[in-house]
Amino acid sequence: MVDIPEHLLLRSAEARAKALGITVEQALAEMKGESAPTVVDDKPEVIEVDLPTPVEAEAPAPVETPKVEAAPAKAEAPAPVETPKVEEAPAKAEAPAPAKAATPAPPKADTPEEVDFAPEVKVTQRLLTVVKAKPIQKAASEPVDKVNTWPHLMLPEFISLMAMMAFLILLSAILQAPLLEEANPNITPNPAKAPWYFLGLQEALSYWDPQIAGVMIPLVIGLIGFAAIPYIDRNKENNPSKRKYAIMMYTFFLAGAGTLTIIGVLFRGPGWNWTYPWIDGIWFDDLLDWIYFE
Amino acid sequence: MAKLTLKERFKKVSAGSGDAARASKFATSIFRPGSPFRKGYSDSPRNRSYVVMNNVLYHLHPVKVKRHGVRLSYTLCLGGMSFFLFIVLTITGIWLMFYFRPTEMAYADIQALQTSVAFGSLVRNMHRWGAHLMVLVVFLHMSRVFYHGAYKAPREFNWVIGVILLFLTLFLSFTGYLLPWDQLAIWAVTVGGNMASYTPVFGAQIKFGLFAGLEATTATLLRFYVLHVLFFPFIIVIFMAIHFWRVRKDGGISGPL
Ligand code: HEM
Repeated sequence: MVDIPEHLLLRSAEARAKALGITVEQALAEMKGESAPTVVDDKPEVIEVDLPTPVEAEAPAPVETPKVEAAPAKAEAPAPVETPKVEEAPAKAEAPAPAKAATPAPPKADTPEEVDFAPEVKVTQRLLTVVKAKPIQKAASEPVDKVNTWPHLMLPEFISLMAMMAFLILLSAILQAPLLEEANPNITPNPAKAPWYFLGLQEALSYWDPQIAGVMIPLVIGLIGFAAIPYIDRNKENNPSKRKYAIMMYTFFLAGAGTLTIIGVLFRGPGWNWTYPWIDGIWFDDLLDWIYFE
Repeated sequence: MAKLTLKERFKKVSAGSGDAARASKFATSIFRPGSPFRKGYSDSPRNRSYVVMNNVLYHLHPVKVKRHGVRLSYTLCLGGMSFFLFIVLTITGIWLMFYFRPTEMAYADIQALQTSVAFGSLVRNMHRWGAHLMVLVVFLHMSRVFYHGAYKAPREFNWVIGVILLFLTLFLSFTGYLLPWDQLAIWAVTVGGNMASYTPVFGAQIKFGLFAGLEATTATLLRFYVLHVLFFPFIIVIFMAIHFWRVRKDGGISGPL
């Protein structure tokens, strides 16, 4: 079991003692499992009573437990209202008497001092509501199967970071980043290629009107279209078999973008003419060191 | 006292001194209760929670995560990789800034970096390949999110943030591309700038604003430099913070499928 700090234990014991009307030591002992827990009669706090005629109010059938003496069932005349009260006497709670369970009728008791509020005033009381004891907080979400972040998430994260770092250092040690001649605005290389992530776009530019390919595709489809996906796709399912259409569309997009990029990187030479990388070579300087790798 | 072997003696001394150091006022002022670096840390469920909850880590991670979310096969760690690559790029990038001037000297500085600075070539390569890798990984992360349908309620807006992050990543990479100031850099950026100039109505103005002139000059170099080392990193960090915050507020990782 988790060891709860003493001061926290004491604090909750005090709260429990106050709530049940037992002593703090008693509550503490109960929480530590050294003595049997006090059981409380949980009848509603409000009951209906007809006034003004003095009556013999019947308290709801007292729950009989071995440990707690049931509340007195009948109140005598002077009491206009009968409030069934939880037996709070610590002495009684402390003396477990299992035999009591069998006792047929609890002793009659007068409880004038408990109910003696303004007995001379003849008031009529009505039942407004019955307040049932309920937890004030409701668990809205269902319990999920969770694990501690440390170590179950952070360790794999750490290992992946190390793996990625090792990969990057190795790559950088083997492959040299390209550095061509100094920039010269007067000498235009043929072909002039954009960075690879824009090469699909550059390839598309060579088919269509630049206003469509250069602006409509990246801005309208890329930025606005992509950002709008969650608001367009109102299908709530996230099981792949129930969103085949969405998956198909995205896969088309991936295939198209991938194809255009690969063509732009590998299959385009001088004058943006079609070339075969294995025949004519590759015109893509970021790959220089990959191509001439010894 | 029994005679100790050298190994045992070493163990005893090192364990004792470690404990003393870890129990010192100084060490306990650094490591909050529950840190594994504090003396007396033991592996218990409560301490496992404290490791996260009582540390700065709590800004990034909740104490507990869904069991399926920690399987590497679910996120493939792609989002985390994007973030990690960004950190690596920040560190290597700051290091590169020591040796780089965004002027006519830019090309010479890169040459000097590669030939006469210790680890210069390695760090430059790490920064460049790391940047390419980050574009790729962010893209793969987006694809993984799409295939999981992880953009659905309540995560719609985090997807929008993600699209912004994707574009910021592209802008970061693109502005960095010009900095070596070689033929590859200037012409790739010229091609990119020409694409932007096809924008209807104010295409020419966009290109002029981007290039600080009609074509790529050293004024463009300075502009791209400032955007690359200051403006876009600043913006992307803000959006990343929102992104991570939303991942948590939207109920942690999506799924299971
Ligand atoms: C700089 C770029 C980015 C970084 C550093 C980043 C980081 C992260 C991280 C660490 C997570 C946690 C789960 C995981 O690792 O998969 C995540 C989740 C998520 N990301 Fe990103 N991300 C980036 C770009 C994007 C992009 C481009 C998109 C989509 C267009 C996106 C959309 C999402 C969504 C919707 C989630 C929630 C996924 C889920 O709950 O399963 N992010 N991101």
